[in-house]
Amino acid sequence: MVLFRLIAIALALAGLHAGAARADAFDEALTGVRGGYAQVTRGAEALAATGDPRAVDVLNALSEGRLYTAPDDGPIGIGTEQGGDIRLVDPRDGSELGVFGSRDVERIRVNNRVRGAVTAAMGRLQLSSPDPGQRRAAVDGIVREPSPEAAEQLRAAIEREQDTGVRGAMTFALAQIELQTGDREQKLAAIETMKASTDPQARAALGAVSAATAEGAPGADAELHEAAEDAIASVDRTREWLNLLLNIYQGISLGSILLLAALGLAITFGVMGVINMAHGEMIMLGAYTAFVVQQVFRAYAPGAMELYLLAAVPAAFLVSGAAGIAIEQSVIRFLYKRPLETLLATWGISLMLQQAVRLIFGATNQQVANPSWMSGGIEILGGVFLTYNRLIIIVFCLIVLAVIALVLRFSTFGLQMRAVVQNRDMARTMGINTARVDALTFGLGSGVAGMAGAALSQIGNVSPNLGTQYIVDSFLVVVFGGVGQLAGTLTGAMGLGIVNKLLEPYAGAVLGKVLVLVGIILFIQFRPRGLFVLKGRAAEA
Amino acid sequence: MTPRPVLSPAGWAIFLAAGLVLLVGVPALNLALQPGDALHLPNYLVPLLGKYVCFALLALSLDLVWGYAGILSLGHGAFFALGGYAIGMHMMREIGARGVYGNPVLPDFMVFLNWTELPWYWWGSSSFLFALVMVVAVPGLLALAFGWLAFRSRITGVYLSIITQAMTFALMLAFFRNDMGFGGNNGLTDFKDILGFDLQAPSTRLGLYCLSVVALGLAFLLCRFIVSSRLGRLLLAIRDQENRVRFIGWSPTSAKLLVWVVSAMLAGVAGALYVPQVGIINPGEFAPANSIEVAIWVAFGGRGTLAGAILGAFAVNVVKTYFTAAMPELWLFILGGLFVVVTLLLPKGLLGLLSHVGGLRGMIPGAQRAAPIPASEAEATRG
Repeated sequence: MVLFRLIAIALALAGLHAGAARADAFDEALTGVRGGYAQVTRGAEALAATGDPRAVDVLNALSEGRLYTAPDDGPIGIGTEQGGDIRLVDPRDGSELGVFGSRDVERIRVNNRVRGAVTAAMGRLQLSSPDPGQRRAAVDGIVREPSPEAAEQLRAAIEREQDTGVRGAMTFALAQIELQTGDREQKLAAIETMKASTDPQARAALGAVSAATAEGAPGADAELHEAAEDAIASVDRTREWLNLLLNIYQGISLGSILLLAALGLAITFGVMGVINMAHGEMIMLGAYTAFVVQQVFRAYAPGAMELYLLAAVPAAFLVSGAAGIAIEQSVIRFLYKRPLETLLATWGISLMLQQAVRLIFGATNQQVANPSWMSGGIEILGGVFLTYNRLIIIVFCLIVLAVIALVLRFSTFGLQMRAVVQNRDMARTMGINTARVDALTFGLGSGVAGMAGAALSQIGNVSPNLGTQYIVDSFLVVVFGGVGQLAGTLTGAMGLGIVNKLLEPYAGAVLGKVLVLVGIILFIQFRPRGLFVLKGRAAEA
Repeated sequence: MTPRPVLSPAGWAIFLAAGLVLLVGVPALNLALQPGDALHLPNYLVPLLGKYVCFALLALSLDLVWGYAGILSLGHGAFFALGGYAIGMHMMREIGARGVYGNPVLPDFMVFLNWTELPWYWWGSSSFLFALVMVVAVPGLLALAFGWLAFRSRITGVYLSIITQAMTFALMLAFFRNDMGFGGNNGLTDFKDILGFDLQAPSTRLGLYCLSVVALGLAFLLCRFIVSSRLGRLLLAIRDQENRVRFIGWSPTSAKLLVWVVSAMLAGVAGALYVPQVGIINPGEFAPANSIEVAIWVAFGGRGTLAGAILGAFAVNVVKTYFTAAMPELWLFILGGLFVVVTLLLPKGLLGLLSHVGGLRGMIPGAQRAAPIPASEAEATRG
């Protein structure tokens, strides 16, 4: 302990000593800020070079014309007007120098040229600010007034910079400045640095260099020109990759939405063989449940609003699941041998559900708010922005998928369900209550659709037509992926999502979608049972 | 196997009686009686009846493939709309310089989009005969391509239904685009006349109505001819047990393809007659919901009977017209309820119920062959 304390004291003393040394430099530089414009400029730059935080105030005062010399060539002070007189404050320690008549003190005059130099000097000064945000802002300021001095300052700043993000920005800025003011070697090095950048400014800067050094231009230089052209190609390639990655990410995001919408269908259609056209309305009921839960929280527990979604998801599961069981019990169980009739009956149910919701909640969109932990996003690389709600939906959808897979694989209910699917009569002979399993399976599929609705309410509007937007897509995902296999549904959803987003930049959103639909219609010709086929011997299967 | 008659004597009697009522009775009530008369048929009802007749033709075309070949198309609205667009393009051209922008060649929406010349696929649209050919050719070719791909790969049952739905959905999205050159969101409208007859004139409307009735009658006879021929017997066999038909040595693909294309052409004709009477065609006609609604007309009237499809289209649409005007909020409950009740309680539809109740079994054309529910569909997905 004693040792630690000794070290601490030693460090403190060393700090004091360094502070004293810096104070001396500051005092000395401060006295240089007077005289003619050229002298003031030099003084200001020297002041900035000290890196002392107090210099900011002085330089600000200087460019605003509030810096004065006290009477009789006294100390320099920052002045404020006070009833026709000037009150001077010593920038070194903040003590008052006194109130003087406006004619006794001498204002240190600046012109635009000095002001420009002062702004640049300020930028360099802020490079050593303790706040990383300010350092980054300073970098942006410096780039706008490139000079060899600025490059020198940046190099020094890069040396001592700890924050990788800010250092990256500094390196990039340095390369930009050197491209304009550096010598040939520095320019070549700068081009090399820019190669790896994804910033749109890099491409513009390189383009300028390439044009300036092209054959016939005043500064023609074949080597530089070639290097710049090379770097431009490289930047373009990187940006293309980045765009591709971004499109794929958006495709995964769309795919996860499709997957959520289609998972319930994969159970009711894929496993049970029931064509549930009211599936979209199960999603819609889930979304409205989320809306109602939100309103309830808002009215009775405003403090817990942040958490309403955690209650909404299970509530949506229960509401849609119960609706599904009711539909199965009242209509679908009478139609198990007639799939096309099921299609029509469930379509009728979907019309009635839509109309019922329209009468209760109105035909207009309902707003479901994002909790604050779902809004916002993170930025990765230049200009690539991932929003939290999409990320959370991707994760949520994977969790749902995993839970369903586990239920099917390991629970008793899952075992019974698979038995009924494989051989209904045999399962019944073994004592499984197939009617009950049917009802529960349909309830599970509908409940999952409800959870999908609660999730979808976070990224779009909630309206009575919500389900109809997803019904065609959901069926295509299930048919495309192959019936009766969760892996097929996952592949189908992600495949469709990604292909859709990759086509969009070339074909536009609508035409891209049309192409995907046509593609699926053609695809089904060659794999009529989808990507993943359950192997069987029946001629009909 | 001796060919069966197209219609039984009693069937002919009913057919002619119905034709007489629609083709002579309606115009007589409209023209011969004065507007004040209790039995007078007001002018505004004529195009409405014409609309029903077009819907009946559409339902008939669906029943031909669904009732007799087991193909439940959820995309027949696409063929209907394509036929409508084909005639609509001609009527757009016939507006000529009378449009808002007064361009003698380009329809208004193209002028609005700053197009300078007609796209190639509008070529020939100024000719009425060419338009008539396109009315059956476009849906027919689409059906041929789609059906050839689908039937060859033995896509049946609900899979086929789902991809027909995808087909009409894709067409809807495509036609919504302005770049497609079919008027985008607004579709084709503001028609003035057809072959020089003013579309607003009561006489033209009555003429279009009569034309629709004649088309419906001829289409009915054509369908009856198909289903009572040897091909019709083959289709029934395919519907009930496609694989057995294949094992015996017949080709289900070509038989299905033939009626599928005929059915699409009939739907196209229905659309072409529909558009001049309602005065607009837009991408909304491609909506999957429209096509599914056609299926309920057929199911309600009695699937696999042809006459039932016509009856169902009239019945459902009369109810729809009444309720969407009088109680709009209730209409979707009624339509939805109809879907459920018909499938659960009336698997043979209205016609099956009538023949059951009134002992009319022998008299209704085709009702004696209102078939049981085919097992193959059930097997296909329950696997």
